[in-house]
Amino acid sequence: MDGLGRLHRPGDTPVHRLPPQCKLVATGAFVLAVVSTPREAVWAFAVHAALLAVVAAIARVPPHFVLRRMTIEIPFVAFAALLPFVAQGPRVEALGVPLSESGLWAAWNILAKASLGTAASILLAATTEPRQLLVGLERLRLPSLLVQIAAFMIRYADVIVGEMRRMRTARAARGFQARDVRAARVLARSAGALFLRSYERGERVHLAMLSRGYQGRMPVLHEAAATGRQWAAAAAPPALAALVAVAAWVAAWMVR
Amino acid sequence: MPDGFFDAPVSVGAGVAAAAGIAVSLRGAHRELDDRTAPLAGLSAAFIFAAQMINFPVAAGTSGHLMGGALAAILVGPYAGVLCISVVLLVQMLFADGGVTAYGINVTLMALTGVLVGYGVFRLVMRLWPPGAPRRAGLGAASFLGALASVPASALVFVALFAIGGTADLPLGAVLGAMLGVHVLIGIGEGVITALTVGAVAAVRPDLVYGLRGQAAPLQIRTPETAEA
Repeated sequence: MDGLGRLHRPGDTPVHRLPPQCKLVATGAFVLAVVSTPREAVWAFAVHAALLAVVAAIARVPPHFVLRRMTIEIPFVAFAALLPFVAQGPRVEALGVPLSESGLWAAWNILAKASLGTAASILLAATTEPRQLLVGLERLRLPSLLVQIAAFMIRYADVIVGEMRRMRTARAARGFQARDVRAARVLARSAGALFLRSYERGERVHLAMLSRGYQGRMPVLHEAAATGRQWAAAAAPPALAALVAVAAWVAAWMVR
Repeated sequence: MPDGFFDAPVSVGAGVAAAAGIAVSLRGAHRELDDRTAPLAGLSAAFIFAAQMINFPVAAGTSGHLMGGALAAILVGPYAGVLCISVVLLVQMLFADGGVTAYGINVTLMALTGVLVGYGVFRLVMRLWPPGAPRRAGLGAASFLGALASVPASALVFVALFAIGGTADLPLGAVLGAMLGVHVLIGIGEGVITALTVGAVAAVRPDLVYGLRGQAAPLQIRTPETAEA
């Protein structure tokens, strides 16, 4: 992963214009509805995916943008792919290999829910600036101290990562190559220096803030509450997803 | 970890535990750092985020990287350490790396368990270290064992949560064995990196290492008068 703001796609669509707190709540509620959906209801996951596709279309986020960012979940998909071989229960034959039936369902469950959750988060990050995400979290009454810490991390992550890259360049320029365990001492010394530079930068930032009148909280520059219509618009996809989840449970119960 | 590994009740339960842990840490960190909390914990979180990108070669082309729970706790203290890891996880979640419903579980595993066990073992070893033995070796051993213990402890909590609300029907004994075996190996790597990094910081600015508080000799200010006396 390089940089934190790279996921954002500036735009002026209805999705972009929604207040961040509405989008945060909507994403969380949507993913919770997806996780609560019974895994046997394959059709329900298709509806969830269609809901996301509609939001992506309104936000003008092209499918390949979302799909490319979804590669981040590959290590966990690999774990899911192992499940049919190691899980217990009755077996089914596929191409002569005995596979666990419950393991197959578990793998499908993780694959479907992880993919939908990741796609929903990507849409949120693509349509909301990093700074706005934090404003939304603060309006949702997350402790202001936690939001401030997150704000400092986002603001300085690129600076610190840049510092780390310059150290790597400097090591390479002196002929260093990390070949085996013995390189750990050199790399750890770099990590230690990186910590000192980060912490001392924090001390300087604190002094700079004090000299500008900081007294423990950040000034609120724009306090805009979301309107009822905006909340209703944001609530539509998670409400539909919740309906689908309930319908899937009812259908599973009636079949039984 | 993305969504879908745990059912909804366990996800929500872990979320409540995570919220409680973060609330306690916010209060504790604010007590220790006062209004320096935000910039110092924020920059430390940025450091952990960057340090996780450093690849440490292990053998034959494989490499590992730091998870950082024990390292953060030893360097900036357990409260600020929990906040650092929680914020790194929060920001990663906001940028689609880690599931929304899995956030509570991720915090419980990596921030709460990692920091508590890592720092607890660190403190214990520091206390048991014989007073006559070299202090630098004591710091190294405590950091190594703390970080080493934190990784399989997180794996243990993962298996426990999976037994309650996992979404796959796995033979738990075998899973526990495999997870612990793999994570003890990962923990050794984490321990080596953590001990070397803490050592590098302590060699330059021992006053910044939280785990060394109260151990260093107080700073002596020498003025011409005291020098004569």
